[in-house]
Amino acid sequence: MEIVIIATIFFYLMSTAGYFAYLFLQKNYLNRAGYFLMIAGFLCNSAAIFYGFFKSGLIPVHNLHETLIIVGWSIACVFIIFQYKFNLRIFGIYAAPLATIVMIFASQISSEPVQIKNIVNNFWLIFHIASIFIGEAFFVLAGGLGFMYLAQEHAIKAKKHGFFFRRLPSLELLDTAGYNCIVVGFTMLTIGLATGLVYAQMVWGKFWSWDPKEVWSGITWLLYAALLHGRFTIGWRGRKAAIMAIIGLAALLFTFFGVNFLLDGHHGEFTKL
Amino acid sequence: MLDIVLLGLNHKTAPIELRELLSFSKEEAVAVMEGLQKCPDINEVMLISTCNRVEVLLTTSNTINSVNFVKTHISEFKKIPISKFEDAFYTHVGEESVRHIFRVASSLDSMMVGEPQILGQIKDAYLTTILKKTSGVILNRLLHKTFFVAKRVRSETGIGDHAVSISYAAIELARKIFGELEGKKVLLVGAGEMAELAVEHLVRNKVGEIFVANRTFERGVELSNRFKGKAIRIEEIPGSLKVVDIIISSTGSSNFVIVRDQVKGVMRSRRNRPIFFIDIAVPRDIDPDINRLNNAYVYDIDDLKGVIEENIKDRNKESIKGERIVDESVISFKRWFEGLSAVPTIVALRDKIDTIARTEVDKTLQSLNHLSDNDRQSIHRMTNSLINKILHDPTIFLKSNGCYGDRFAYIDLTRKLFKLDD
Repeated sequence: MEIVIIATIFFYLMSTAGYFAYLFLQKNYLNRAGYFLMIAGFLCNSAAIFYGFFKSGLIPVHNLHETLIIVGWSIACVFIIFQYKFNLRIFGIYAAPLATIVMIFASQISSEPVQIKNIVNNFWLIFHIASIFIGEAFFVLAGGLGFMYLAQEHAIKAKKHGFFFRRLPSLELLDTAGYNCIVVGFTMLTIGLATGLVYAQMVWGKFWSWDPKEVWSGITWLLYAALLHGRFTIGWRGRKAAIMAIIGLAALLFTFFGVNFLLDGHHGEFTKL
Repeated sequence: MLDIVLLGLNHKTAPIELRELLSFSKEEAVAVMEGLQKCPDINEVMLISTCNRVEVLLTTSNTINSVNFVKTHISEFKKIPISKFEDAFYTHVGEESVRHIFRVASSLDSMMVGEPQILGQIKDAYLTTILKKTSGVILNRLLHKTFFVAKRVRSETGIGDHAVSISYAAIELARKIFGELEGKKVLLVGAGEMAELAVEHLVRNKVGEIFVANRTFERGVELSNRFKGKAIRIEEIPGSLKVVDIIISSTGSSNFVIVRDQVKGVMRSRRNRPIFFIDIAVPRDIDPDINRLNNAYVYDIDDLKGVIEENIKDRNKESIKGERIVDESVISFKRWFEGLSAVPTIVALRDKIDTIARTEVDKTLQSLNHLSDNDRQSIHRMTNSLINKILHDPTIFLKSNGCYGDRFAYIDLTRKLFKLDD
């Protein structure tokens, strides 16, 4: 088990190195190497999750260690899909180190499983967890694209065409890619929340219990809903959309970490140290 | 001993007036090359003539005679006294001439480093040479190597990256904003060489509809016909901002033609789609405050010049890498060229056969343990005399003066046949 995690970290780290080398040297093979190393890491990461799943019969999200492994997996998975679709080469320098850092954190945290009460492992739960994590990974990518958009926009507006201007793609591509990430992320999050409600009804007998995580997930959902609404109606795009994607990312991080560390609730155990 | 010689002048050594006098059309080039071939010292010859350079590349057994012959011939052909162009002429011999042609083709010697036309011009010149059969083994090899080097420099360095003209720089910026330019609508305000050039680049990038606004409507119609666009009146500009994506402005107006509030007003109905203003006019046509609006970008002529300067600096930095590639290639060409004389080829050939024979004999002797030392010695002796007998005639042939007139071709063939260059 430990060795699989180490292999995952190794591949993600190598992928990061590949993407950074690409950033400086701009040789295509480095970009390709980064991508395939990412896929290799992703496969190892998947193996780690499957191992946990078969050992306990439960989807392995019982403590922060396991949860982070799934976070790393989601980021890698979504990045691989994203890269296949958009081939936005410079993006590796955001996603690859992120997945690496998450996995390193995961490996440093004890993996003693916490006793879980009241858990019914069924289709709804797996669906709930999977779609929430994938959706949130898309939001994480959208946030990164938001940062890149702002950097590129600044370069164009300030007329300072430095290192990153040359390497970053067009504003239009960054904007479209970010928008696509948010649409997919929002869809997944909606599915995740809905299945969560169904699950809560089945297990606890009520759809909504004002658990802080639920509340903050709701807030995040509303935030992204507002962003998409603004885009559909009055054409919020470019800079505004990028800033919104970053605010959304901040809300997301708070929902994921902040709520667990600062507030209490029935999701708390999953991210306990 | 044969030498490669390159002589001529370029934009660094000769002013445009002189380069004009000495430039050769394709037909003239053929005539000159045929004339030069009459010189008994010149073996192979090629002539390159572009607007920035006139160069003669040749192989000769007598450098001084050939150089004088070329100068005299050009002087007679163009009816210009030698004294008029002699000072501008440079002469490179051997390694230096190889380096020079490599640098020229790689666009390291160009007025604008990295410009791509020169390689095509050299290819054309070479094609003429091939058709007239004035090149031989050495120049053919040299030119193929030259094209290879030029391609390497272009693909391995950033020497050709990024625009170095105002209109190209503007297009590159537009690409950084819009990604694909296909279908983007363009408005040309006013007229002018640079602005029209930019529109032409845009047309080549398959932009959508093109609107032309001009102070005199008739002139606008004229221009719009050229771009297959649509002429609009100056008063219609504010309304057109709702639909156009790229505005190129170049009027003689002393006031701003488009001001901030006009753009601010249309952003909502544009649904915040980006809008890019290229202001080539002095004094400026476009209110620079527009740049502060979201999704609106303004570049004036100074901004574009700044971009170009950066790009030129980058190209010059990249040219250092190019010089390194050229240096490497000069060394490898030199190795081939030096091998082209008879003695090294004979030595290499002998070495090769020797090695093969020794390996095979040793292998065989290993399984023949019953042989005495004497027997072994005789086998070795026999092998050596076989080698000597086999190589006797080829050696004599390669050493003989002339080799039926084309010594280098035979040496080159020998090297290829026995794969002596690896």
